[in-house]
Amino acid sequence: MTGIRFEGVTVAYGDNTVLDSLSLTVEPGEVMALLGPSGSGKTTALRSVAGFVRPAAGRVFIGGRDVTGLAPHRRGVGMVVQQYALFPHMRVDANVAFGLRAQKAPRAMIAGRVAEALEMTGMAAYAKRYPRELSGGQQQRVAIARALAIRPGVLLLDEPLSALDAQLRSGMLAELARLHRELPDVTMLYVTHDQVEALTLADRIAVMDRARLRDCGTPQELYRRPRTEFTASFVGNANLLPVTVTGDGRVGLAGTDVSVPTGGAAHGATATLCVRPHLVGLGPGPNTLRGRVTEVQWRGATHRVAVEVDGHHVTAEVRELRETPALGDEVTVHFASEDAVLLPAGGTNG
Amino acid sequence: MAEPNGLRAEAGSAPPVTAVGRLAVAAEGRGGRPYGPAHRDGAHGPGCGPAQSSRRNGGQPELPETRKPRTLPAWVLALPPLAVLGLVFLYPLALVARQSLSPDGSGGGSPSLAAYGDVLGQAAFRQALRTTVLIATGSTAGAVILGFVLAIVIAFVPFPGGKALARFIDVFLSFPSFLITLALLFIYGTVGMANGLWTDALGGTGPFDFLHTPWGVLLAEITYFTPFVMRPLLAAFSQIETAQLEAAASLGAKAPRIVRQVILPEALPSLAAGGSLVLVMCLNEFGIVLFTGAKGVTTLPTLVYGKAVLDGDYTSACVVAVVNIVLSVGLYGLYRLLLSRTRPAGGPRARA
Repeated sequence: MTGIRFEGVTVAYGDNTVLDSLSLTVEPGEVMALLGPSGSGKTTALRSVAGFVRPAAGRVFIGGRDVTGLAPHRRGVGMVVQQYALFPHMRVDANVAFGLRAQKAPRAMIAGRVAEALEMTGMAAYAKRYPRELSGGQQQRVAIARALAIRPGVLLLDEPLSALDAQLRSGMLAELARLHRELPDVTMLYVTHDQVEALTLADRIAVMDRARLRDCGTPQELYRRPRTEFTASFVGNANLLPVTVTGDGRVGLAGTDVSVPTGGAAHGATATLCVRPHLVGLGPGPNTLRGRVTEVQWRGATHRVAVEVDGHHVTAEVRELRETPALGDEVTVHFASEDAVLLPAGGTNG
Repeated sequence: MAEPNGLRAEAGSAPPVTAVGRLAVAAEGRGGRPYGPAHRDGAHGPGCGPAQSSRRNGGQPELPETRKPRTLPAWVLALPPLAVLGLVFLYPLALVARQSLSPDGSGGGSPSLAAYGDVLGQAAFRQALRTTVLIATGSTAGAVILGFVLAIVIAFVPFPGGKALARFIDVFLSFPSFLITLALLFIYGTVGMANGLWTDALGGTGPFDFLHTPWGVLLAEITYFTPFVMRPLLAAFSQIETAQLEAAASLGAKAPRIVRQVILPEALPSLAAGGSLVLVMCLNEFGIVLFTGAKGVTTLPTLVYGKAVLDGDYTSACVVAVVNIVLSVGLYGLYRLLLSRTRPAGGPRARA
């Protein structure tokens, strides 16, 4: 079993720091998603594990071994990238066998491993095809088979589904989840900017922004109890509303006193209230707010209704409405106290 | 073909069309509709042409003939380039071939292969042919190997000035061949730097005469033609995805394997293109041979020069020239054949 450990890893190009003091441990057999927007440093972190960027400071460990100065071909990690990176002049089976041949594996072993990897990814029937004869999803399966054929302890996946259309992406996501179940010993570092992929696949998510690690936790923790505004807005959608703590379990929101867990927040302190749109209901209820409808979107199974409450926008995502409110209608929205989370105002914890 | 202005006159809805006006009508007919083929067939896309036409004609059905541009047959359009090609290129070649087949050297009389028998039987010709092929293949091999190595370094090994060096390759291609040879004289010539070092090192031993041997020609041609191999290779290398190289490295491949199994197969068409270009250019190289090895090295082009200009024997010169042409075309054909068999089945993505 092989884990990954970053110890204060910093990567810089001149004065531009693209990864700043990353310290993170990925447990053996765990799927860790590095989630963040473009330029957040997540791909750089992955490439430092693969050996394609050399940290200016800090150490990278794979399976307890310091690999910071080790050449990429000596690290024994599998890597799958967004653009597949298959060798176009080789057939599928030769692509999958490439790593085993590079490691000078016995001929009989190569044949067996290639067949096994292709079987596992459902590509056995395409062994004699060239990459150009395959669809995007099939090419990505081959890339995964190629990475798995060398039986790596660590599998690095850099936005592996970004080049696929939505339907294929959904199917491949399920395939990756199945692969993880079948290969519980393989540690996966999964870079993505797509929250759905991270929430679906990861055991834990490391949220990154502007070269730094902002938050880390299980998908449920980050979604239900985010610790920062950035995490709340990047992992799922969120209503982030400025509030002032008015008492124990009470905050003032848009002129209304509402009941939410305030933890140890001091009286008079400013904070941000986070409520997920699907936990906001239309009509009166606990913690009712009154406002005017500014937008109504039909999303098939749901309606998304945006309401302006005393200058603040509150979005409610509710089951498909029989009668939709008109723009400008005065409506009420509500949310349960236990569905709200109080966050430090404007803070990123970083 | 119907006259556009005649039809318009019948419809009675257009002013008289002058010669200039016809051109304008034809231009409108061609350029006014983006869907050319459908328009020529009289079939318009849904909701596009007909509605506009109806409006323009006041609801009257449009007469397709009025929009048909007056086009010339394809063979008429092909005539000018063919005439230029024939006059400037093929006709002089035909004259060379005719001269080589004229027994009296004047181009008159019945064709004869006598001159071919005479020239091909000469030891000097056979020696020149052998020298030409050996120097050309040797230079090509040297340029291909050196060019591939240098292109790999420039493209994949980051070093300060690498981009400037790549740009210099383009400038180098514009240099005349004799210039490189002239420059080599300063290094390897009898009073060059290398000879100075050689004489200093060995005392009384005289200067070596390197440049006037086939090896000197070989060195000069490799020096001059290597950038011709590098240029298409650099273009091909720029198309190879870095991700492929990284994937190969992460799978455990070291640099030599990556070059051999990932880079080379993808760049093979470009390498073959550059190599074949160099081969043909080496076969026909005149300036370098004249500058360096003319005293002791005779190739087919210098033999043509000697027979035509120095000896005034135009028939023999034309025979050698024809052999040179056949050799060049033959080797080019062989290259095309080899290329079609060695092209990667995955498709020539990295072709320059």
